[in-house]
Amino acid sequence: MPPQEQLRSILATDCGSTTTKAILIELVDGEYRLRVRGEAPTTVEAPFEDVTVGVGNAVREVEELSGRTLMRDGEIIRPQSGDIGVDAYVSTSSAGGGLQVMVVGLVRSMTAESAQRAALGAGAIVMDVVALDDGRRDYERIERMRELRPDMILISGGTDGGEIRRVVEMAELVAAANPQARLGADYQLPVIFAGNTGARELVTGALERATQLTVVPNLRPTMEREELGPARDEIQELFLQHVMAQAPGYSKLMDWTDADIMPTPAAVGTLIEAVAARESINVVGVDIGGATTDVFSVFGGTFNRTVSANLGMSYSISNVLAEAGLDNILRWLTMHPDPRRLGNDIRNKMIRPTTIPQNLLGLMVEQGVAREALRLAFEQHKMLASGLKGVQRQRDISDAFGAGGAESLVDMMALDLIVGSGGVLSHAPRRRQAALMMIDAFEPQGITRLAVDSIFMMPQLGVLSTISDQAATEVFYRDCLIPLGPCIAPVGNARPGVPCLRITLSRASGSEIVDVPAGEMRLLPLAEDERVQVTVEPTRAFDVGDGRGRAMETQVAGGVVGMIVDTRGRPLRLPEDDAERIATLEQWYRALGAYPEVPVERVGEVG
Amino acid sequence: MAVGVTHGYTPGLRITDRALIRRLRRLPLPGRIHVAVGDEVTAEQLVASTQLPGNVVNVNVAHELSVSPEDVPDFLLIGEGDHVELRQVIAESKSFWGLFHSIARAPISGTIETISDVTGQILVRGAPIQVEIDAYVDGTVIEIRGNEGVVVETRGALAQGILGVGGEAHGKLRALCASPDQACSEDMIDDDCRGCVVVGGGRVTLNALRAAAEAGAAAIITGAIDDVDLDTFLGVPLGVAITGQEDLGISLVLTEGFGDTPMRQRTFELLAERAGRRASVNGATQIRAGVIRPEVIVAEPGATWDARDEREVSGLAVGSPVRLVRPPYFGVLAEIVALPEELTQIETEAMVRVARVKLEATDEVVTVPRANMEIIEE
Repeated sequence: MPPQEQLRSILATDCGSTTTKAILIELVDGEYRLRVRGEAPTTVEAPFEDVTVGVGNAVREVEELSGRTLMRDGEIIRPQSGDIGVDAYVSTSSAGGGLQVMVVGLVRSMTAESAQRAALGAGAIVMDVVALDDGRRDYERIERMRELRPDMILISGGTDGGEIRRVVEMAELVAAANPQARLGADYQLPVIFAGNTGARELVTGALERATQLTVVPNLRPTMEREELGPARDEIQELFLQHVMAQAPGYSKLMDWTDADIMPTPAAVGTLIEAVAARESINVVGVDIGGATTDVFSVFGGTFNRTVSANLGMSYSISNVLAEAGLDNILRWLTMHPDPRRLGNDIRNKMIRPTTIPQNLLGLMVEQGVAREALRLAFEQHKMLASGLKGVQRQRDISDAFGAGGAESLVDMMALDLIVGSGGVLSHAPRRRQAALMMIDAFEPQGITRLAVDSIFMMPQLGVLSTISDQAATEVFYRDCLIPLGPCIAPVGNARPGVPCLRITLSRASGSEIVDVPAGEMRLLPLAEDERVQVTVEPTRAFDVGDGRGRAMETQVAGGVVGMIVDTRGRPLRLPEDDAERIATLEQWYRALGAYPEVPVERVGEVG
Repeated sequence: MAVGVTHGYTPGLRITDRALIRRLRRLPLPGRIHVAVGDEVTAEQLVASTQLPGNVVNVNVAHELSVSPEDVPDFLLIGEGDHVELRQVIAESKSFWGLFHSIARAPISGTIETISDVTGQILVRGAPIQVEIDAYVDGTVIEIRGNEGVVVETRGALAQGILGVGGEAHGKLRALCASPDQACSEDMIDDDCRGCVVVGGGRVTLNALRAAAEAGAAAIITGAIDDVDLDTFLGVPLGVAITGQEDLGISLVLTEGFGDTPMRQRTFELLAERAGRRASVNGATQIRAGVIRPEVIVAEPGATWDARDEREVSGLAVGSPVRLVRPPYFGVLAEIVALPEELTQIETEAMVRVARVKLEATDEVVTVPRANMEIIEE
């Protein structure tokens, strides 16, 4: 690969569980810009069982759209020569279900929780947490370990100089389970021991024959301190060495790339952290995929990530139905589909995950499911981010007993930016739909910027930042991030129609005053390249950030949707009476121009 | 050939009358292998067995005797590795010349696994649990994997379903429905279903499923089910499609999915033609990484024909028969009449690649996203 400053073109792919996405970035007039994007079904599964087939197909589409030749003899041509080939190729991967880790610790809220944070920070899905106080019996723990088939196991437990025997007991349980790796029958399961240094020798004795054991420094050396870095790095290293190398076609893919293949969530996290740091803001990022929903947050510079492993739009869509309940999905619809049929249709999406909504009702159902998946994933994030102060922090001893630090780090009023990513948000036919889904699910408070990842390329830009920060940053701001506009949402509740907000917009052309009563959605024009001074005066029952009834003045930037004023109240409640609910929804959707008007007689089955 | 974005998604289900099938029969822990390479085995034949360590139950002796954990060893009547019987006294304390007397008893029969002087807990492991693995299909043992399992090979018909529940089962194939679209209802189930792999057609009703389980049928293979019926039968909502561990007394294989959908003709014919023959069924499904589909195998041990690889996926072309897999046309058969190259706006306002298809039943020509169709492989 040429030196970073000489990169003329970069190809980046993200091998997702359903689709492989490829982007071509080129240096144009001294600036990196997205040239084209291509996609193809991921080919980890039968009949292909080779991830590079899907990569090749996605790149072929990039070739067709860009008119450039990028592959020859089934390989990516590097470096660029004339108009042929690219200077660098990078990739992320969550195909095959991503990186699946099982965590073992002594106490759920202490060492096991620290281990869980290390695994999540490394971009893993935590399949289960086995701990002495998990309420299971040993045989149940053994059974669980046998049945889950994780990609690796992370064992924590004991502070240095503390408990040894219990740690060894847990290691013995792992040895007794003799768990088999998910991919590849002929290699031993990678196990990382990151517990009490005094237990190392005994743990090694218990595990070295049955597993591929690696020992790293204790991730909880004292009760008051976490050191997650070494365990996290080792997880990513093992992901490359073992898991990726075993997945169909990945050894070939690893030979192609100019940087290590990153787990998709780790790449997205890298990017979100960089954005928060660059702008000194609080950010929530969400990536809603087919199988999982990842939520990332940076508040006061502290990064947290959670993954809701079974909340997604295709593979896990039935679980959204099960967890949220059909009624919660139906409440976002302005029609009355046959609930039985709707249940079947949602389940069929699970078993045929790449199908797309074909009519308006189908679209609204999918977006209703998305609202519920996002809402549930965000609830989980707020809960797990509670007292979860990121990596390498000093944890107070009271945290261990649940007495202190229980408050969530997620402060919606202090939140500056929400970035949505994933097919249902990035590919919503109208951007207003994406804005509405995020507002309904996250219920932002005060003044919050909304944005979406235009064509779902945050993963590729995250891994790209490891070889060229400049290219990643320039493409992110110019081509990836689509500003939807600000959302102004006061906290409080009042009867619909009573005075709520007075908004004064100071534009170059003059001032404009808008009064918005409670219970409404309003869309004010504010173009993407426009910045205005805005004064928001809430009535006494409402707060936009400076306290109840206190006015707030700030500058806001526009977006492709405009300025959304949401006076529906917080927490958001829909009318219980069905007719009233539908009338209210129709009013809100119409105010935003969220959906096309389709004649009633054509609103039939879910498509 | 490769599948690009211009092609429809197909889950790659195998439906073939001539498959070479190999199945690894693996123990959860190393144990004993009961067969040798070259042995001909029947589906029900034991090929490997082992003993899983028994359940572990703990007793907090320090707490029971009201002594500190480090003093526990002084009061023990047993040691690590000793066998104990249920309710046997394992620790005893006496004080004030025997006036106060405390004891701790074994919570189960078993072996003393560990004694902790840190927590004062004793772990007692119960009797080992016997695990036996059968051959699953009639065939030949072609490989022994140490003391952990064997590989059985056979030739025969193989039909993968799209979703199943319940684990492995064997039995004689019994066709209940006269056509692939006939619903499988309760009145079709009788005592003759006992031990059989029952082949339905379209949707199976909850009552039919219950009746089949009650009649002792080994498995039901059918086109579809209502999601509510499946949840009711399972007793819990099916969240993610990772199944096979359910203990239902019957395995279920759906060839098409949820709703009122007929079994695809090819699967129906393949199974109906083999009525009366022995079949092996596995409902285990994983629609996610390392996808596992439920399957029905009708072995032909001793057959020597060459297997066909039926998984070649062909591209969409004008004239291709397809099956639409998303409402409002879910399950409808059609023929492609045009494949416009340009992106087309559909009702949702999404710009997608579409196909114009003629619906088989009505001859009506409609526009459908290419993502919402499966090629029917003939």
